Amino acid sequence: MGLEAFIAERKQDKDLLVMAHVVCGYPSFEENMQELEIMAEAGVDLVELQFPFSEPSADGPLFVRANEQSLKAGTTVDQCFDFMKLVSERFPFKVLMMGYYNTVFKMGEDVFVQRLKDAGGVGYILPDLPVEESANLHQLSADVGVEPIILMTPTSSDKRLAQLGAASRGMVYVVARKGVTGSKTNMGDDVVALIDRCRQHTDVPMGVGFGITSKADMDFLRGTADLAIVGTAALKTWEESGADGLRRFFAELLA
Amino acid sequence: MDIFDFSDGREGYYGEYGGVFLPEILHATIEELIECFRECKADPKFWQDYVSLLQNYSGRPTPVTYLENLSRELGGAQIYVKRDDLNHTGSHKVNNVMGQGLLTQRLGKTRVIAETGAGQHGFATATMAAKFGFECKIYMGAVDVARQRPNVFWMENLGAEVIAVEDGQKTLKDAVNECMRDWVTNMADTHYILGTACGPHPFPEMVSWFQSIIGLEAREQIVAQTGRLPNRVYACVGGGSNAMGLFQGFFDEPNVELIGCEAGGEGVGSYMHSARLAYDDASVGVAQGYKTYFLQNDEGNMSETHSVAAGLDYIGVNPIFAHLHDQGKVRFEAATDAEVKETLKLTMRTEGLIPALESTHGFVVALKEAATMAKDEIVLVNMSGRGDKDIFTIADALDDAKWKSFIGGKADQYRAEKK
Repeated sequence: MGLEAFIAERKQDKDLLVMAHVVCGYPSFEENMQELEIMAEAGVDLVELQFPFSEPSADGPLFVRANEQSLKAGTTVDQCFDFMKLVSERFPFKVLMMGYYNTVFKMGEDVFVQRLKDAGGVGYILPDLPVEESANLHQLSADVGVEPIILMTPTSSDKRLAQLGAASRGMVYVVARKGVTGSKTNMGDDVVALIDRCRQHTDVPMGVGFGITSKADMDFLRGTADLAIVGTAALKTWEESGADGLRRFFAELLA
Repeated sequence: MDIFDFSDGREGYYGEYGGVFLPEILHATIEELIECFRECKADPKFWQDYVSLLQNYSGRPTPVTYLENLSRELGGAQIYVKRDDLNHTGSHKVNNVMGQGLLTQRLGKTRVIAETGAGQHGFATATMAAKFGFECKIYMGAVDVARQRPNVFWMENLGAEVIAVEDGQKTLKDAVNECMRDWVTNMADTHYILGTACGPHPFPEMVSWFQSIIGLEAREQIVAQTGRLPNRVYACVGGGSNAMGLFQGFFDEPNVELIGCEAGGEGVGSYMHSARLAYDDASVGVAQGYKTYFLQNDEGNMSETHSVAAGLDYIGVNPIFAHLHDQGKVRFEAATDAEVKETLKLTMRTEGLIPALESTHGFVVALKEAATMAKDEIVLVNMSGRGDKDIFTIADALDDAKWKSFIGGKADQYRAEKK
């Protein structure tokens, strides 16, 4: 099943889905697995597995350190794909690759989409790959049946949104505010207006990310967005209060 | 040749290198910047304002100096040096920075950010910001902050805020990442003054354009002094902006050979260097907003780099050079740390010139080759920065005992004052 159909199916039972995030190999693959078990129990619908990169320039401090520590511990692309395969077979949620374009470029775009497909991934998010540079990768993705997740942002003009909308498949990642991952966003009218603007240019589901930390944020997005994307807040919780904390975090978020 | 004529290809690409690889949130900012830059480039008055600013503020045109003693001693080609070390703030960095300062005004922005490695670009940016009245934040790797305190001292006293970046290798590339993070947040009022001809389009073109003033002057000066063009032209290459600046004066001359001199660090096979094109260790990749040769592993994660010169200690090289290297239009060589130290001593004693450690890389290769050339041949070297202001680094590099004892004494004095 493709990403869009999966989201539609899940949305029959709930009005706001959740996409979570782990950085592969940080703190360790064992702990990643524990985190994912908790996420699955809580009913998370999608998970981004971030392949660590040495120059994660779109990430905030917490993920920057996570990328760095994971690489220091020796995490490789092979391990990330192996882990993805394990995870996609074991859990009911769908899995996406998140990372930076150089990881894809170095292995070759054709190899990447095939390996992603083989590992059970349904799509990928590459924040430093603009749509102008994506034509070949998008074609290859369509050929094997994985989805490129396009990002739409508060600084995108209507003309740009039209361009992005035309390229969007599976779902769109709406960046709720300027900046990098991991700081608080004030969910307000401008986020609603942004999602409305994005919807004018594509029919695929809208995930909203950057700064989602609480049930209040979830309540705010309900009826507006299709998915809430939770990244830094979950990792922060894991680091501060471990498995019990993370269980409580998702229980509260999804209450 | 006009390498910036994109009518036959993709804008911002030099062969397969260059481009814009940035988060979507910056798309509008880059578009705005490209548009503003195009206007500036098409406006003769902008260039006139730029030149006159540098004449009045930075002492341009900088001279070309004949190294009579060294030429005689080596017994080969006649050696000439373009003196960009005589700029205000001590290096060619000020050219780019003043140009981007004028452009920032035109953009209507009031805040500037910059990365810095050795501190020269940060120093120049802080100076420009003070003159133009911009708010200024400089990102510098924590390792570089520790090894370049004098530059940090000046930046802070010029009114800039200096942030020590604690991520990654804590050097130049990490400072670039941190600038990107600031820029994706504050692009509405902030211009990113990128310091070299790297990064996403239009920076390679824009920085090269501002630095082309070096080559324009140098060509005229060397012809006026010698009646002819040089046989070979040398410049050190970190990101590559001073070399791009000088080489642009000679791109159309088939009989002038252009040689980029990279940081060979501890030499071939040491994996402790920053030679992207001269050695075989780098490969094509995409990072920090552009596609070029990077020192990286097979999976695309960046390698550790090294050079005695912090300003050359960088993973990537400007995409224009990657292309010109492929085409055989620029030759790349490397100078090792050890060679740099020896050549610096030689240049000081023989000519009374103190090139920056970065610039000395160009001297190493130029002097080596000049010695094998004929007496009626001419070489031109870019002295892109002066070394006297980097006294801590150079004293370290030369392992100067008297300096060490002086610093030890100073330290004792400060400690006593603290108590």
